[in-house]
Amino acid sequence: MRRAVVGLGLLTLSLWFGVSGPCDAVAAGAAAPRAFPIVYLSEAYPETGIMPSLLETHPADEGLAGAREATAEINTTGKFLGWNFKLYVEILPAGADVAAQSRRLFARGSLVIVADLRADDLLKLADSPAAKGSLILDMRTTDDSLRQQDCRSSVFHVLPSQAMRADALAQFLVEKRWTRWFLLQGPTLQDAVYAADVRRSATRYGARIVAAKNYAYNPGSRRSDTGYQQIQTQMPLATQIGSDYDVLFVADETDLFGDYLPYNTFAARPVVGTQGLIAAAWTPAFQSYSALQMQHRFDLFAHRAMTERDYGGWLAVSIVGEAVMRGRQISPAGIRTYLRSDNFLVAAFKGQGLTFRSWNQQLRQPVLIAQPLMVISMSPQNGFLHPGNTTDTLGFDQPETQCRLAQ
Amino acid sequence: MPSRAMTGGRTALLVSAVLLCSFAARTRASELFVSNEVDNTVTVLDGASYRIIATIPTDQRPRGIVETLDHKAVLVCDGDSSNIDVIDTKSLKVIRRINTGPDPETLAMSISGDKLYVSNENNALVTVIDYATGKWITQVQVGIEPEGLAVSKDGRTVVVVSEETSMAHFIDTRTWQVVANVLVDTRPRVAIYTPDQRYLWVSSEVGGTVSVIDPKSHQIVHVINFDIPGVDRQYIGPVGLQFTADGRTAFVALGRANRVAVVDARTYEVKQYILVGQRPWQLSFSADRGKLYVANGLTNDVTIIDVSSLKAVKSVPVGRLPWGIAVIP
Repeated sequence: MRRAVVGLGLLTLSLWFGVSGPCDAVAAGAAAPRAFPIVYLSEAYPETGIMPSLLETHPADEGLAGAREATAEINTTGKFLGWNFKLYVEILPAGADVAAQSRRLFARGSLVIVADLRADDLLKLADSPAAKGSLILDMRTTDDSLRQQDCRSSVFHVLPSQAMRADALAQFLVEKRWTRWFLLQGPTLQDAVYAADVRRSATRYGARIVAAKNYAYNPGSRRSDTGYQQIQTQMPLATQIGSDYDVLFVADETDLFGDYLPYNTFAARPVVGTQGLIAAAWTPAFQSYSALQMQHRFDLFAHRAMTERDYGGWLAVSIVGEAVMRGRQISPAGIRTYLRSDNFLVAAFKGQGLTFRSWNQQLRQPVLIAQPLMVISMSPQNGFLHPGNTTDTLGFDQPETQCRLAQ
Repeated sequence: MPSRAMTGGRTALLVSAVLLCSFAARTRASELFVSNEVDNTVTVLDGASYRIIATIPTDQRPRGIVETLDHKAVLVCDGDSSNIDVIDTKSLKVIRRINTGPDPETLAMSISGDKLYVSNENNALVTVIDYATGKWITQVQVGIEPEGLAVSKDGRTVVVVSEETSMAHFIDTRTWQVVANVLVDTRPRVAIYTPDQRYLWVSSEVGGTVSVIDPKSHQIVHVINFDIPGVDRQYIGPVGLQFTADGRTAFVALGRANRVAVVDARTYEVKQYILVGQRPWQLSFSADRGKLYVANGLTNDVTIIDVSSLKAVKSVPVGRLPWGIAVIP
């Protein structure tokens, strides 16, 4: 991995700034390809623990495989237009100081970075003086804070925020008239953020939180022959409440207990939220709008199913391809301006072009409503209207934004 | 029991004799063959009454569908079965299967009818097949997710558009080399030459536009935009394209905008939007070009548009997720 970054130093950035853009039509093989570097930056985060389900895995190349697949794809277009994109992979050791350790990346100047980083590290990178002038495509986080008070003008967010996900589910539930919600909130800070989003969604769309409860589940070893008996006792206890409700809305962002809830609740009610019926940008079950072809290509390439993080990596790199080849932008500043303009649009298997919200640089997009084996629906739901773009009914709209971008 | 069976047998014989005679005389009016992507069938509609004459089982995921020049057969690509079903237009049965390689999405016939050009969606290939023998002549590497094909009238050029690469690739049929690649708006679906061959039109579904390309210089000379009052721009997804015989008017199916646009092919001005079923996909004309047929993917029907009055006359049910329509006069 380190070797790749040394290789980057060989590229003089002056070589790829200020070059005139490609022509619309280029005869095959007519021009020598121009190189364009994209840096994939991640950290070898330690695994948080054993997942509740054996089916849930975190492949070692999760996210990166998506970025790599997209690099191959944009190079197919690049081959015809005279561009050669190169993905430089930099994975920092666990616990690394991202700001300090990434400094050498910028020795030659500003860069286009696809960041597979957690929220705190992403902020450190964006705020590091060395990264000034660089463009960061956030392919991983869903944190509301990064789209609200902690937004940065150099950072563009690819995956839907927590608030967009809560709104996507809320629209689906309201459309079904399942409007009495029991909110069960886990112990983490992120659970609290998502729970607040659920309350906000209820207010926005006319649902009611009929009961709310905090639940601190102790996951223990998760490998016990008596596990089922334990779970079968604990979950009904945790979900026994006095009031009737239509759905249990669970806020468990770190997968501590949410997957134990379906069929274990005290009342016979479905589970939605961070587990059960979820809102997502991508699931391996999605096949509409040419997603089937994408799933197939990814499987051929990575020999496994494509996760949402892979999709984030794919999308981030695809966006760079659009900006360079269609937008004819080659500097990070030029790309930023293009991504914020009306001319930018990326196709990502949602049946419509995706664009960035100018107020917080969040990619606006329809959101899938899915259970593990099947995509159930896609929000925005019919009838949820917006004066501008209906996908802006999901998440923080312009009038609600707390993001103040430095231009 | 035996006698009853005999009677039944005789009746059947008689009926089939009558049917055979009528087939031989070909007294049936024109017919529409509609590929139903989800049902794995082709629905055959009578061209006058638009009643369903037959529902023909195909292989898996039938999409691209064309008629042969002699109208003896209709060919349909079965994406998940890696072949083309050849449907006999007399017996309305699949009489032959041609191996295409993986995931054929759509196909076009060469001008003389001797070759098939097939876009292999999953493999970024165009496979060229000898129609008589079914043998592969060559495979041409193109962009990712190739879809719509167009053949120039002189037979020298085949154009394929690639959805993921967003390009129109021009293939020279003498060398089988890609001679030009034109970047168009996102997710191109269909390519079609103007009747006078001066331009090639390419629809871009997600980009929401139609690019008009000069096939000589390989430059985009115009981009057509669509603006429908009350319809969000992101729902405008151009796919199917057709020209009237005089080349003056173009029809553009607009996907989730649920409309077919009527475009002046000289000024590129959009004259009108005709409301049809949901997610209109491919378009085909009746033999006399008096009617335009629209396959509506989400409402499982075909809308018939009267070309002279530019009105949707009626919609008739077909199978699930109709994709394209072949027409036998």
